[in-house]
Amino acid sequence: MKALCWYGTHDVRVETVPDPTILNPRDAVVKITSTAICGSDLHLYDGYIPTMQRGDILGHENMGEVVEVGKEVKNLRPGDRVVVPFTIACGRCFFCKRKESSLCDNSNPNAWMAEKLYGFSPAGLFGYSHMMGGYAGGQAEYLRVPFADVGPIKVPKEIPDDKVLFLSDIFPTGYMAAEQCHITEGDTVAVWGCGPVGLFAMKSAYLLGAARVIAIDRFPERLRMAREHAGAQTINYEEQDLSEALMEMTGGRGPDACIDAVGMEAHTTGVINVYDKVKQAMMLETDRPQALREAILHCRKGGTVSVPGVYGGYIDKFPMGAAMNKGLTIKTGQTFMKKYMDPLLGRIQNNEIDPSFLITHHMRLEDAPHGYDIFRNKQDDCIKVVLKP
Amino acid sequence: MTTEQVNADVESSRLRTQPRERPPRSTLSRHRKRDRSQARPPLRTVENPLARGLGWFGIGLGLIEVMAPRGLARAIGIYNHRALLRVFGLREIASGLGILSQPRPVGWMWGRVGGDAMDLAVLALALASSRSRRGRVAAATAAVAGVAVLDVLCSRQLSEQTGMIDESRAIRTHKSMTISRSPEELYRAWRDFDNLPRWMSHLESVRMIGENRSHWIAKGPAGAPVEWDAELTEDRPNEYIAWRSIGGSDVDHAGSVRFERAPAGRGTEVHVDLAYRPAGGMTGAAVAKLFGRAPDQQIQEDLRRFKQTMEAGEAPTTRGQPRGA
Repeated sequence: MKALCWYGTHDVRVETVPDPTILNPRDAVVKITSTAICGSDLHLYDGYIPTMQRGDILGHENMGEVVEVGKEVKNLRPGDRVVVPFTIACGRCFFCKRKESSLCDNSNPNAWMAEKLYGFSPAGLFGYSHMMGGYAGGQAEYLRVPFADVGPIKVPKEIPDDKVLFLSDIFPTGYMAAEQCHITEGDTVAVWGCGPVGLFAMKSAYLLGAARVIAIDRFPERLRMAREHAGAQTINYEEQDLSEALMEMTGGRGPDACIDAVGMEAHTTGVINVYDKVKQAMMLETDRPQALREAILHCRKGGTVSVPGVYGGYIDKFPMGAAMNKGLTIKTGQTFMKKYMDPLLGRIQNNEIDPSFLITHHMRLEDAPHGYDIFRNKQDDCIKVVLKP
Repeated sequence: MTTEQVNADVESSRLRTQPRERPPRSTLSRHRKRDRSQARPPLRTVENPLARGLGWFGIGLGLIEVMAPRGLARAIGIYNHRALLRVFGLREIASGLGILSQPRPVGWMWGRVGGDAMDLAVLALALASSRSRRGRVAAATAAVAGVAVLDVLCSRQLSEQTGMIDESRAIRTHKSMTISRSPEELYRAWRDFDNLPRWMSHLESVRMIGENRSHWIAKGPAGAPVEWDAELTEDRPNEYIAWRSIGGSDVDHAGSVRFERAPAGRGTEVHVDLAYRPAGGMTGAAVAKLFGRAPDQQIQEDLRRFKQTMEAGEAPTTRGQPRGA
């Protein structure tokens, strides 16, 4: 089959590789009909996630048609149309029973690597480094899905791929980011980053009762999307002073909740940007956390900072004094997919939200390297690329 | 980060954090007594009584050298070398503190031996000097030589205990994991020894050859299997299983597993103890190779495979999946 493989920083290629097969009794093989490039794939593309190996197949936003199931998979059969969550979960451990599926104890074959860096290992992920399991991803014609009796959800034939594909990651991820803010009536929620997760966080904040959403970015097309599709007020931090604008918009109190939908490769203006880039280049910090710092500093006293943005390792100049003395709650985590996929499919079916607004580009799998390039460099107003193998 | 680097990391951290010790002749008596508070006593101060004595002696002597160098110089009959005695005093205090603050201060003890050599050299010069009182210097030299003998003895003792001279080749680990199954289910799976190779990757097979006896085959170095017979030494249903190899085997092996019900239906805490040491014709190096470069890590992985098998019904794998060339 054809698959998009990682060969190094800014080097991804579509190669011919063997077809996947059933390796364990709870596996299934899915023929991919749609797969998206995620913003977090850019962290791999930019070479910031450790334990990648040449030839790794990327892709964790996948859906398609079941073509084969292992002997322990009783709830799926060939022909079923499924959306596959990006986290792999056994469904039976302490964490899975609490529906915290991204914390599954049993799905990472390389748990020891993650334990070295994080103390404990989170769940395995598709196409997201060997530390996270080394599983082949779905930017390919076929995908092997471990614990397939637990993760994938069946979707009705009449809903098009584009409407349900983002149930695989970014819609639940944005939704959980907003839910973690414990939004109450009248709340203002500020969101750093108007990429796909940020946009879903904004829409979800309104679904959960926020009075106002403020979107922060520097790319006009993304800010426009935040205004037009997510109903947000916007701040372009390259044109306005972020602090002044936020204080003005919130009557000097600060947002009730702040969401960092940027993560480890934050950009900012001025000296601090240079500082973080130099430290990252010299391996003195692995992540550039400026969005997180700003979220903590601007959040109102007693507010919540929610972090769906991906971080890999260590950060510097973390304003713990502000977090502690203002009594902030910080919530974070890879998404608890099992908890959100079914209810959010319901919201799509009820026409409360149509996630396909996000898609700016459809491409063939063969053109995926071009997709990475324009997504990475924000060219051609690229916000979301969907590949059709 | 490559896998090799992570491996090297795992290895070096193991070496840092694991004090090398000879396992007791039988690990079994310890298993019975062990409870949580005893699991790994923190080691803070020096254990060897001779080293402790020498540490305190060094601090005492050092204090005199620093605070009363003139009186001391007179007592040992050398011409007033105040500055030099103060420096020596600081050295004595530093090494004394170093010795007392570590469980096995091998380096600090050998440092004392070096210090003794310096003391003796200065005293030898003083003996040759016309300005010294030779009788007193000779007495001081004899005293220092006496202490030096003790220092050498103690240093060698510590070196042997910590493996600097005689590398201890035994492997001994203790691992714990909480598994979301009942003690009864876990006990049943483990008590059927034939199952062990499903999660213990260094084992080829285990076969019951009698009521309490089993025959074990491990994957030895260079593909040559290592075999031994073991007997059940304790069996408390749903709680505890212990076994050990029978005399005359190539390897002296003892193991135990304890199942403890976790609170509020959170499954079972499983505590595994394993010890391997060379015996008979087998060399220590060969025992070490049973487990590769990081035995502690490997046994952790074995226990994890047990958990995965019992909870998820299978161990996750990527072996055989596609990838780019």
